[in-house]
Amino acid sequence: MKKKGEMKKVVKDKLNDGEHDDPWWWLVQKGIKSSFLCVSVFALFVRVAVGLHPYSGANTPPKFGDYEAQRHWMEITLNLPAKDWYRNSSVNNLSYWGLDYPPLTAYQSYIHGVFLKTFDPDSVVLFSSRGYESYHGKLLMRWTVLSSDVLIFFPAVLYFVLVYRSMRLGMGQNSDVAWHIAMILLNPCLILIDHGHFQYNCISLGLTLAAIAAALSQKDLVASVLYCLALNHKQMSAYFAPAFFSYLLGKCLKNKNPVLEVIKLGLIVVGTFAVVWWPYLHSKEDALAVLSRLAPFERGIYEDYVANFWCTSSVLVKWKKIYSTQSLRTLSLAATLLTCLPSMVQQVLAPSSKGFLYALLNSSFSFYLFSFQVHEKSVLLPLLPLTLLALEEHQSLLWLTHFAMFSMFPLLHRDKLVLAYIALYALFILVYFAPGGPSGRCNGSKTRDHSQTTKRGMEFISSIAFHPLVMGFLGLCSLILHVIYLTMRPPNKYPFLFEAVIMLICFSQFVLFTLYFNSKQWMLSKHLTSKDKQKKII
Amino acid sequence: MKQLLWFFGIATTVKLLLIPSYHSTDLEVHRHWLAITHSLPLSQWYYDETSEWTLDYPPFFAYFERFLSVFANLIDPRIVHLHHGLNYKANSAIYFQRISVIVSDLFLLYGVYISTRNLPSLKRTLVWVLVIWSPGLLIVDHLHFQYNGFLFGWLLLSISFLAQGKDLMGGFLFAVLLCFKHLFAVAAPVYFVYLLRHYCRGGLVRGFARLSAIGAVVVAVFAAAYGPFVYHGQIQQVIRRMFPFGRGLCHAYWAPNFWVFYIMLDKGIAFLLRKAGFNIPTPVASFTGGLVGDASPFAVLPRITPMTTFIMVLLALSPCLFKAWRDPKPRLIARSVAYAYTCGFLFGWHVHEKASLHISIPLALVAVESLEDAKHYFLLSVVSCYSLFPLLYEAQEYPIKVLLLLLHTILMWFCFSALFPKNIATKGSLQDDKKSKGSSRTAAEEQRFELGWVAKSYLLGVVVVEIWGQFLHPYLLGDKLPFLPLMLISMYCAIGIMYSWIWQLKWIIIFS
Repeated sequence: MKKKGEMKKVVKDKLNDGEHDDPWWWLVQKGIKSSFLCVSVFALFVRVAVGLHPYSGANTPPKFGDYEAQRHWMEITLNLPAKDWYRNSSVNNLSYWGLDYPPLTAYQSYIHGVFLKTFDPDSVVLFSSRGYESYHGKLLMRWTVLSSDVLIFFPAVLYFVLVYRSMRLGMGQNSDVAWHIAMILLNPCLILIDHGHFQYNCISLGLTLAAIAAALSQKDLVASVLYCLALNHKQMSAYFAPAFFSYLLGKCLKNKNPVLEVIKLGLIVVGTFAVVWWPYLHSKEDALAVLSRLAPFERGIYEDYVANFWCTSSVLVKWKKIYSTQSLRTLSLAATLLTCLPSMVQQVLAPSSKGFLYALLNSSFSFYLFSFQVHEKSVLLPLLPLTLLALEEHQSLLWLTHFAMFSMFPLLHRDKLVLAYIALYALFILVYFAPGGPSGRCNGSKTRDHSQTTKRGMEFISSIAFHPLVMGFLGLCSLILHVIYLTMRPPNKYPFLFEAVIMLICFSQFVLFTLYFNSKQWMLSKHLTSKDKQKKII
Repeated sequence: MKQLLWFFGIATTVKLLLIPSYHSTDLEVHRHWLAITHSLPLSQWYYDETSEWTLDYPPFFAYFERFLSVFANLIDPRIVHLHHGLNYKANSAIYFQRISVIVSDLFLLYGVYISTRNLPSLKRTLVWVLVIWSPGLLIVDHLHFQYNGFLFGWLLLSISFLAQGKDLMGGFLFAVLLCFKHLFAVAAPVYFVYLLRHYCRGGLVRGFARLSAIGAVVVAVFAAAYGPFVYHGQIQQVIRRMFPFGRGLCHAYWAPNFWVFYIMLDKGIAFLLRKAGFNIPTPVASFTGGLVGDASPFAVLPRITPMTTFIMVLLALSPCLFKAWRDPKPRLIARSVAYAYTCGFLFGWHVHEKASLHISIPLALVAVESLEDAKHYFLLSVVSCYSLFPLLYEAQEYPIKVLLLLLHTILMWFCFSALFPKNIATKGSLQDDKKSKGSSRTAAEEQRFELGWVAKSYLLGVVVVEIWGQFLHPYLLGDKLPFLPLMLISMYCAIGIMYSWIWQLKWIIIFS
């Protein structure tokens, strides 16, 4: 009995000891990898649960939706030789969900097709499987996305977090790291599009994320290979190209032998492309056939109601009527390049890790806002670097995720994913405001640091963007719009009135934040140079 | 409190996400009860036979369904229509019922909050994790579909009142709970003895006054519940509905309890005797076949009647009752209640595997008390959650249940290792008592949360059993012996629950 009493005392001592300020101490005490394990199992669970909900185009013949597109690609790649994948023929009708993503997607479809064939052969039979839907078919398809996510996106997140942590870019506490992991893994938009709507963004974004981590840890060659792979999985990854290009170029220029470095990178890029494109490099015709599939210019400058410049301004200016597609193409390209030029210049002149992350954000936002043929789902791309910057940009993360979700609301509503939308949105908010998490605790400390040095430029924008009145008003507006969208019918004269209003609000916020992030990136270099100067003086 | 709400919020979002998942016939059962209570007068509730899912819960639950049916009627009148509502599977019905469970869980939140109010913050957090994020509760309530969450809220509330010494309130809440779901009655002997000895003490006069007070409370509760039915002269019918003893010793899927071993022993002996040349007739009613009629399902061993199980439960309970009689301690009430449910689970008649929640939820309150408790709870919780796996047999929910168990195991591991960390000796010696350095180091070795090799290999066995049942069995044996995987699961889990029973028994005999 005496021994027992002692034991109790020790327990008590320990408990007093253990009562840290950090309420998450028990969860993160075993280090980053264990907390990553815990968060990722939960994130995986959430993904499986979202997979229970319907996918895009369920039970809607004749065209169905993205789910059918992906399944159809598996059917095509499994049954035809690689050369015929991108070519219109009697067995491959390109007008029915023709393959229009780069070769890596095709290979991935092939592998998943083999998987489907072993367990449910009917689902990938040529021709007769069109519009195939079944309980097991849905499960198998969902599991292909889940496995891609686990095999590519999750390890990439771990890699990034470890690199980010070792660079001391983030804050010190373990629980902040866990929060950061949760912010990246539980990004509601990505989960809804991949596991609800049905796509494989986790692969290209995962590869991009791994490339970012490699670039941050000075493994430039690995980074270029990974980024080329991402680019070859989804051409949308080009949204990040200016940032990668300028960051890597800037680093090369700082090197002793810049020409050699550039040549090395160039060779690696060409080599990676050559390997991925191998089946199509034997004749010019084949390669051009693939290329023409990848750039569907005939689809017009915008579709549906996407919150970018062309679509929003078309309320006033009918771009499609004034200009030909050809001139719109050049126009949009010029606009895109022009808007991401400042951030590129900054990175070429002063490449830095933090600057690189901001550059990724800025270039992807420029592409989202100004490039040709942008889809609502493309907002996932700017969101990725934003989640990576979660510890720096709490408020923007919350605010932009809100509007990114909002901009996809009509799409997800069509997919009957409203319940999952609400649940995931609530989950995101809860995790974001986790008691004792960084959002509540050190809201000011880090940003205030910055704002002291960079007061003038940003004060104006951030005072508009983060003014409580503005935030409250816009938050209320979007809440009311959600309800209106769900419950009311638009007037007959303007059937897409609500979509247009949503688009307008989201666009205004995206533009504002693009300006804000651009100025922030530039302030960063000023901040750095002033620090350098101080060092020199000392 | 903020953190508790946060835990609850996370759990709620997960529950919302799980709405479209598989649900058992219990959804239709409860929908039908909504219809019965809404469209029929009270006097016909326990007589109605429109559907095979007759009302077989006590009156308070029927009143609860009546309360819910008011809202259901507002949302979609067809849900509560006695005939048109049969097997009604529209989204409105499913969403309404699922959300009613989610909302009723608020009571669980309250119960957990009250019962952990006085714990130190780390322990409190851990109990919250164990109860609010309980995978078993999630599987049974929000996938399989039942209303257990708020009942456990009552139970925790009642236990915490007793633990604080507010005996009358605790007894009152337990009486109410019994009128919600009579399965909780297994702990009634413990409550009875404890209240008699702890509340009704202090001399003959005072004791008698208190006895009559608590008696009056209990009678009042039961009168409120059963009064209307007594008035209509239906009490026998109500009782008959509530205790359908015709159902047989075991459920279609055997709950992992003592009777599994009994059945296996019977089969084993019969097999051996047949080998030895004796002529043993195969019993007409078989356990693997499903429904059991009047014939004895045993080939050799004596038949088990409800009375036998009743006596066995009481016998198993007796050490605990004895202790409660001799020295009723408020501190031990949670353990005693959990022990009572363990006995009921192991030796009871027609036990359902869902009843293992009755053990794991109250025990969560004491799991953080000592290292031994934590070790025991870790094992018990994994086993009790794993034994629920056969409830979700469809492929769609397979990753969900596996991930739930995995997440729970990881969380428990983190919880308990944070509570009992490795290097406490250095901490302790650094702090103050340098003299007792040696003793604190030995204490440290005992304080570290680590499973022994037996427990480790047992848990590894769970993985093996699962892999065999899911992958190897269909691959190697095909359609032969289809009942074998489930039998393995119940046998394997039964070992774990038996261990937990013996552990709890030992604890009650030695420590209390």
